[in-house]
Amino acid sequence: MKRWLFVLLMAFFLVTSSSIWAAKPYKIGALFSITGPTSFIGEPERNTLVMLVDEINKAGGINGHPVEVVIYDTEGEETNAVKKVTKLIVQDKVLAIIGPSRTGTTLAVIPFVERYKVPLISCAAGIKIVEPVKAWVFKTAQSDRLAVKKIYAYCQAQGLKKIAIITVSNGFGQSGREQLKALAKDYGIEIVADELFGPKDVDMTPQLTRIRAKNPDAVICWGTNPGPAIVAKNMRQLGMKQQLFMSHGVASKRFIKLAGEAAEGIILPAGKILVAAQLPDTDPQKKLLLSYIERYKARYGEEPSAFGGHAYDAFLLLKHAFQKAGADRAKIREALENAKGIVGIHGVFNMSPTDHNGLDEKTAFVLVRIKDGDWQLIK
Amino acid sequence: MGEILQFLLSGLTSGAIYALIALGFTIIYNATEVINFAQGEFVMLGAMFMATFCAHGLPIPLAFTLAVALTALAGILVERLTIYPARNASPITLIIITIGLSILIKGLAMFMWGKNPLPVPSFIGEKPLRIGGATVVPQSILILAMAVIAVWAMEIFFQKTLTGKAMRACAANRLAARLLGIRVEPLVLLSFALSAALSALAGVIISPITFATYDMGTMLGLKGFSAAVLGGLTSSTGSVLGGFILGILESLAAGYLSSAYKDAAAFIILVLMLLLKPEGLFGKKEIKKL
Repeated sequence: MKRWLFVLLMAFFLVTSSSIWAAKPYKIGALFSITGPTSFIGEPERNTLVMLVDEINKAGGINGHPVEVVIYDTEGEETNAVKKVTKLIVQDKVLAIIGPSRTGTTLAVIPFVERYKVPLISCAAGIKIVEPVKAWVFKTAQSDRLAVKKIYAYCQAQGLKKIAIITVSNGFGQSGREQLKALAKDYGIEIVADELFGPKDVDMTPQLTRIRAKNPDAVICWGTNPGPAIVAKNMRQLGMKQQLFMSHGVASKRFIKLAGEAAEGIILPAGKILVAAQLPDTDPQKKLLLSYIERYKARYGEEPSAFGGHAYDAFLLLKHAFQKAGADRAKIREALENAKGIVGIHGVFNMSPTDHNGLDEKTAFVLVRIKDGDWQLIK
Repeated sequence: MGEILQFLLSGLTSGAIYALIALGFTIIYNATEVINFAQGEFVMLGAMFMATFCAHGLPIPLAFTLAVALTALAGILVERLTIYPARNASPITLIIITIGLSILIKGLAMFMWGKNPLPVPSFIGEKPLRIGGATVVPQSILILAMAVIAVWAMEIFFQKTLTGKAMRACAANRLAARLLGIRVEPLVLLSFALSAALSALAGVIISPITFATYDMGTMLGLKGFSAAVLGGLTSSTGSVLGGFILGILESLAAGYLSSAYKDAAAFIILVLMLLLKPEGLFGKKEIKKL
């Protein structure tokens, strides 16, 4: 009896595993920081990718091929990312890789994908990932430079020429500071004060007092919570009336909660997903954004974050490459490099041999003003 | 003129916080010769409890009292569970225990409250006041006032009450105090409770300005420690003054040199003090075997 059961089971497995799908699946790999301190980045990315792969397989795959995805957790650690990327390439033999989630982990895996010639689409923001351009490495997240350009273009239009910057002394803040200083001239902007604060500082009034003495037209603060909220409060306290700009690093409701009253009137660049419903109907991304929010909510019961969008865009690019190139790593790379006009969550991608991010400030960011504790799109 | 006044006011506010934490270091050091590196975590616990109670809509005075009381209780637990069982070990062992404790408390806090900063409402409004050419939020004045009251209350306690006197005797010479019939163990317990309560007070009153984050304690603890060393670890007056001096120096360094050197100021002072005058500005000149 038992033996019969066994044979029956074997037969069942044979039948089910042999081709509902006639075609060989396109196998892709993904590295996300699903657990660990940066799980808030990796988790929505994983969720998004799983959702997209399910959807595309239900709709008949790409070119009739189903998509198979192998996802590993890097825990946000470089050593772990390196171990997992080797596994994806050597053992799982994936055609392309999405992720990792962080700039550090991405930089750690780059030598491996370059050596084994596997296309990688990172979901991290650091500009070092694609500058200088590496043949096999792409990224979907917006670089700081685009956020700076967006703010500066607005300053220029409003006639704000003397700018004071105050940045946090960590990787995010200092990368922003470099870009702020490097791009100022292009927009006819003079940086009259350049102040720093520590990530754990509790009072920024000394720095702001120095800034006040220089009498700038506007203040730009580059940091992640909670520092910028303290800067906003301290500016109110000192009675400084200048327009305050923040980075996309605080584009979350948490910042508004922390800064309270002092958040009102602050302008910052943010991904379009933050104000999807307010976008004009002519915006090419609006439909996709609303549909993503709806589908994600239906499946996971919460709003998607900006991070999930980076995985979404990586998958869109990869889907485009598969449609053109099929199951060939070198051809996929070429298709990625020449992908044009791909409408994604965080912008319209126009890749080129010199630009492996493919975004510009016109579509990658919108400026929003904080009003009555909510985001208001600046048109 | 308004500029220097602004720096001084800002320095006094951070200084008051450092003073309270430094005082906490001194109290435990005097009772046990242990430098409690978990001191900063008591600050964090105070702020976190405050944020939690405020989020649940408790009135501020009640949330305030509960946050300080609960942290004092945490101090008692810490002493009973870790220091007391190892009371016969050398101070250096106990110091290492407190480092472990600090990591443990921080980790637990991260699990309980998450990694994001939590907002705390201002106690008395956010409308800035003008003093001379400087502006200051009412909360800063409150911080100063509370710190001064707390320090003054501690002074009364140590000088006028029998228990306070016993603690001082214990600090001066533990063996002699024991010979005179003072029971040392309850005093050690009390010192942990007091010290935790003071640090929690610092955390609670600063939380509307800085918010509450699970890892806020480490830096504040180190600053408090620098202040205590500056003033002399054994002197409570010294550590309070050390706190204020440190806060003002930091603010002046940020204002006149460069904001990049703000934290450096505190630690340069710490290193210089340990090298040149290890007993601190006001400490007992006494050679201790380490």
